[in-house]
Amino acid sequence: MKTYDLVELASRNLRESVLRNSLTTLGIAVGVASLVAMLSLGIGLQQLANRRLEHSGLFDSVLVFTPRGPEGFGPRRAASPAEPRRLDESARQEISRIAGVAEAYPEIRVPTEVRYNDRPFRTVVEGLPPSAAESAAMEGIQGHFFSKPDAAEAILQADFAKELDPDTARLRGRPLTLVYAESVSLGNFPPGRSPTGPAAAGRSPRSDRGEPAGFSVLRKEATLTIVGVTESQPNAGFERFGRARIFVPLDLAEKMIPPQISALLDSPVRQPAPPAQAGSAGRPTDGPLYATLIVRVADVKNIEPVENAIKRMGFSTFSLQDATRNLRQFFAVLDLFLGIFGSLALAVASLGIINTLVMAILERRREIGILKALGASDRDVKGLFFAEAGVMGLVGGAAGVALGWAIGHTINLGANIYLQRQNLPSQTIWLVPWWLVVGAIAFSLVVSLLAGLYPASRAARLESRC
Amino acid sequence: MSDAAPRILRAERVSRHYAMGSAVIRAVDEVSLEVGAGEFVALLGSSGSGKSTLLNLMGGLDRPTSGAMVVAGRDLATLGAEELARYRRHSVGMIFQSFNLVPRMTVEENLELPLRLAEVERGERRARVEEALDRVGLQARLRHRPSELSGGEQQRVAIARALVNRPTILLADEPTGNLDSRTGTEILTLIEEINRASGTTVVLVTHEEARADRIAKRKIFLADGRLVEERKPN
Repeated sequence: MKTYDLVELASRNLRESVLRNSLTTLGIAVGVASLVAMLSLGIGLQQLANRRLEHSGLFDSVLVFTPRGPEGFGPRRAASPAEPRRLDESARQEISRIAGVAEAYPEIRVPTEVRYNDRPFRTVVEGLPPSAAESAAMEGIQGHFFSKPDAAEAILQADFAKELDPDTARLRGRPLTLVYAESVSLGNFPPGRSPTGPAAAGRSPRSDRGEPAGFSVLRKEATLTIVGVTESQPNAGFERFGRARIFVPLDLAEKMIPPQISALLDSPVRQPAPPAQAGSAGRPTDGPLYATLIVRVADVKNIEPVENAIKRMGFSTFSLQDATRNLRQFFAVLDLFLGIFGSLALAVASLGIINTLVMAILERRREIGILKALGASDRDVKGLFFAEAGVMGLVGGAAGVALGWAIGHTINLGANIYLQRQNLPSQTIWLVPWWLVVGAIAFSLVVSLLAGLYPASRAARLESRC
Repeated sequence: MSDAAPRILRAERVSRHYAMGSAVIRAVDEVSLEVGAGEFVALLGSSGSGKSTLLNLMGGLDRPTSGAMVVAGRDLATLGAEELARYRRHSVGMIFQSFNLVPRMTVEENLELPLRLAEVERGERRARVEEALDRVGLQARLRHRPSELSGGEQQRVAIARALVNRPTILLADEPTGNLDSRTGTEILTLIEEINRASGTTVVLVTHEEARADRIAKRKIFLADGRLVEERKPN
């Protein structure tokens, strides 16, 4: 018999015992709904955790520094052709072009003095890239993020803001003076000549190669407008110089040219280089040298290949990749157990299919005999009962997905009402991705066909007697 | 068998025995017979004589315990299940005393069943159904269910269903057993017309010799599973 005839006859047979077949199909639907509900909860929680972690800036970022270390406290090495590559603008550009990298920006975090209403405060200032606007730290910001990448604006950490004024709402729009140290290059030594004594403030270890002679530090002031107050700070897990409590746009922070600690040991952050020596590999370049770059990836899964690519360039890296791997492993196990519990109801429903079809065989014994007398083969009869199980599985699967989606949607709604009452942002706790829809219907179909295996074989074995 | 007609069916010492506890029931016991193409043969005998069992062996609904049932050159005893199903689908049509229509299906759907099994295209089915119903004079009953038809009409539908795949042999098992005398005569007349008009070979099981005399060309008598006599109608 042709497939469409089988399906047509099966559908027709199922319509004959509407109540019994509807109840069986409902059983399958409840089983699939339970499976979908359980798995969508696991997926939703996983995505929620991923989103929170990605927004935290901890798990989607790689710290890049020269092998000596970000602070430069590692063993000094003599200048040689094998000298590590410099972490300069060309390296930054190259890293930005690695597949999977969303952005690469320097970490600028500087101890400084702040004056507000003529009162001095000592704290740490950090430069933030425009992408930090999307970070979790900025979700509950009072006010707004920087209006431009180089705006003379500042965002304050909430505790620090309270030190300035207990009523933090009054701070917005008020001026803040930032006192900082700017380093200025002292130029280069002639080639082949080394200095005999210490420089005024810092000296390059490679000065005997005709490279920068050092830098001088000048006291500078900048007036910024306070535009926001935030409870937490981005990249909190990567802090090393102490907790930053004032945030300024990264472009502005770069213009301030703060002397990094590494600069005292390495070279001035901004240094002109002779054109003949400009390059990217182990050569001085025209532009800043970075102590540390923060490389953000588009997807957490890209962390490992990006890290490997950066390491191949000759830099050292650090990320919390292991922590995300453990997290993915945890959710894989959680999904597995939720899937098993969800499948239990479907297993019970499959017993309903077997029961319904065995009953149908008993009722339709004579009809099966007639079919065989008319020329139906064992395969035709088996196919007919298979098709009936399949139709129930397909319809039950589709109804179950709809039911599971409705349950998830309702719980999402309820959970968000609760979160709103707790003054917390809305979250998607239940998520039904398209693959789960297709997978659940296919799984329901397969389970139903397996359940139909025994009744179909039993029906096919009936003799062709009328 | 008529000498002029080519042989279409041949039973060679066919037996069908059933075990019932320690006893062996010999429903058909070493029966040998021949049926010519286009012939109308009546199988006669009292209840339990083995005529319906022999008909089931001819129709491929059952397999002989021993012997050969050769139809159109093929021994049904040696055919596999799939080949036997194909034989029932294409070569033979069967009608029964209790009509054996599927009660929840309409006349049209009942007639469509053998066509679906024979994988006849959907477009051709309607024409074949109408053609078969036309032969039994029930065109107007296409959408009716069996329960809405009289006994005679139901048997006509069963005949139409048996003919819808254009078989070469029509096997009728007491087709008038559930009908009143007048309707029974009408049904037998219809079967005779089919035999005469299309040359379809007919094997009719009945216990009414008078009816067999009226339409059959040959009468075969069975008793206790054995062929006891074969003669021309009176």
